Amino acid sequence: MWISLSEVVEGVKIGTSTMRTNKLRTILTTLGIFIGVLVVTVVISVIQGLNTYVGNEISSLGADTIYISRFPWMINSYEEYLRLSKRKRISKEDFEFVQKHATLAKVVVPNVSTQKRVKYRNESLDGTQITGSSPGYMITSDATPEFGRFFTDLEYSNRRSVCVIGSGVAESCFKRIDPLGKRLKISGHDFLVVGILEKQGETFGQSMDNNVVIPFTTFQKIFGSRRSLNILVKPLTPELLENMTDELYGLMRRSRGLQISQEDDFSLNLQSQLMDTYNSLTRVLWIVLIGIGSISLLVGGIGIMNIMLVSVTERTREIGIRKALGAKKRIVMLQFLVESMFISAIGVILGIIASIGIAQLAGHAAHLPVNISGWVISLGVGFTLCIGIFFGLYPASKAARLDPIVALRHE
Amino acid sequence: MLIDLKNISKNYHLGMETVHALKDINLGIDKSEYVAIMGPSGSGKSTLMNLLGCLDTPSDGTYLLNDSDVSDMNDDELATIRNKEIGFVFQNFNLLPRASALHNVELPLIYSGIKSSERREKAEQALIKVGLKDRMDHRPNELSGGQRQRVAVARALVGNPSIILADEPTGNLDTRTGDEIMDLFEDLHDGGNTIILVTHEEYIAEHSDRIIRLRDGSVERDEAVTANHE
Repeated sequence: MWISLSEVVEGVKIGTSTMRTNKLRTILTTLGIFIGVLVVTVVISVIQGLNTYVGNEISSLGADTIYISRFPWMINSYEEYLRLSKRKRISKEDFEFVQKHATLAKVVVPNVSTQKRVKYRNESLDGTQITGSSPGYMITSDATPEFGRFFTDLEYSNRRSVCVIGSGVAESCFKRIDPLGKRLKISGHDFLVVGILEKQGETFGQSMDNNVVIPFTTFQKIFGSRRSLNILVKPLTPELLENMTDELYGLMRRSRGLQISQEDDFSLNLQSQLMDTYNSLTRVLWIVLIGIGSISLLVGGIGIMNIMLVSVTERTREIGIRKALGAKKRIVMLQFLVESMFISAIGVILGIIASIGIAQLAGHAAHLPVNISGWVISLGVGFTLCIGIFFGLYPASKAARLDPIVALRHE
Repeated sequence: MLIDLKNISKNYHLGMETVHALKDINLGIDKSEYVAIMGPSGSGKSTLMNLLGCLDTPSDGTYLLNDSDVSDMNDDELATIRNKEIGFVFQNFNLLPRASALHNVELPLIYSGIKSSERREKAEQALIKVGLKDRMDHRPNELSGGQRQRVAVARALVGNPSIILADEPTGNLDTRTGDEIMDLFEDLHDGGNTIILVTHEEYIAEHSDRIIRLRDGSVERDEAVTANHE
């Protein structure tokens, strides 16, 4: 027989009755654990929320879309920036070369942007993102027209002044008028609106709907061909991504006439690299935050240990009586462990309830998808019960080791 | 023989000095005896009581209780023996202050793993036996000294132990209440219980059938009580 049920029940009864008689003391001790759990769960939840958010944002760039650009997405120093800025721009010829020779690509899409004022009658919108691209834009940017259509290959090759507008532009410039078939002025040039894109929402807090997409050819005709472009390439199947990357390096080097000894003067960017960079940048921060949370839990645990030692001293005589009447060491130990686990359990439960509320509030305020997942709760519960046991263990074993004769004489 | 002490000695180490609290004690107590242990303070009677009550083990010698050797048992084995074989009654009652009389009496049964309905019934019967039928739900601070000691007696006898070991049971009571408690022991003795009484008061000791007098750690005299006090 290990520990009988009635002994456990007795242990729980003693633990709770002690806590009832020392309400304030119990509450204060619980507070330490409460704050610890609160900090840990809120921190973990916010981190998770932030990770989910950033993950979503980055994956909206397209998981298997390679961006061929003049610069890498992450530049680590100013020196590096100075060095990279000597690179020559990515030209229309590079794009055409890649488009012509890429065998593993599903689509190769040019992409160049500028910010201009757009206007319809008296309504205008400043700083609208004007993107020059091809019909493949629909695939690489996952953008489909909600109304109307995208511009066609024919319109693209004939450099027609047609445009597809974002829902934000439609709302700001056209109000209640149907934009389809109307002429939008982009820095003085008339463009026929042929389609309206689906609402995209925000990325990193910026509206993605204040944009206008026009044929790349038209873009260069009107705004000039001096801007460096991005070439967006999507493989035939996601599995081909790696092979296609190799192919693209080769093609770009050939297009730009690089010798074997020369470094690349362009960058292939992939969203997974962005995620890696985000993770490495934030890792230290998370460790610090979780460290702070753990320290507060530790402080809470020390509070429990302290109060349990007081409790053992106060109840020395009671321990003596119980031992004289036949309580074995493990029963006495259990009694005190139950008490310390009870105190920490109350702290954990209240802490989790409060942290759910706080995480929701924080998530709401910061527009983050914060939620407390099951594993965070089980982690909190497990961790704190461990603390309850760990910090209760020493006082409990101190109680269990008491000599009944000495304990009975204790005043 | 219920209790058989053979060449028992107990030494304490106080710093560099060794105190011989008990020296080569040989003692036998039969079932259903009513024995008083007497002696001035420092005579070793507390040490002897602790040994008899299995709260402590001897430095030397053998203690057979119900034919089993308890002299070399570990703490947990001793706890089991105390739970099954010994019922304690202390001078200062030693009740749990926050528990009801009933719960106090139930305590030894909890540690012997008896299930709760049976436990409750036995505890109630024990309290009825000591005349506290109406006080079962009272806490110790709601009871008089005599009533508290009755609760303690009920707790001592509830597990039906081989020995009831009473250490100055009337020490904290006035004479009249003390007498009532002594009458209770008398009844228990008449009912077949073995009672060992530790006291330093002659008139209390004379309630018993046999007085063992200690002096300086040895048995000075061991004799039957001839005078009839009834």
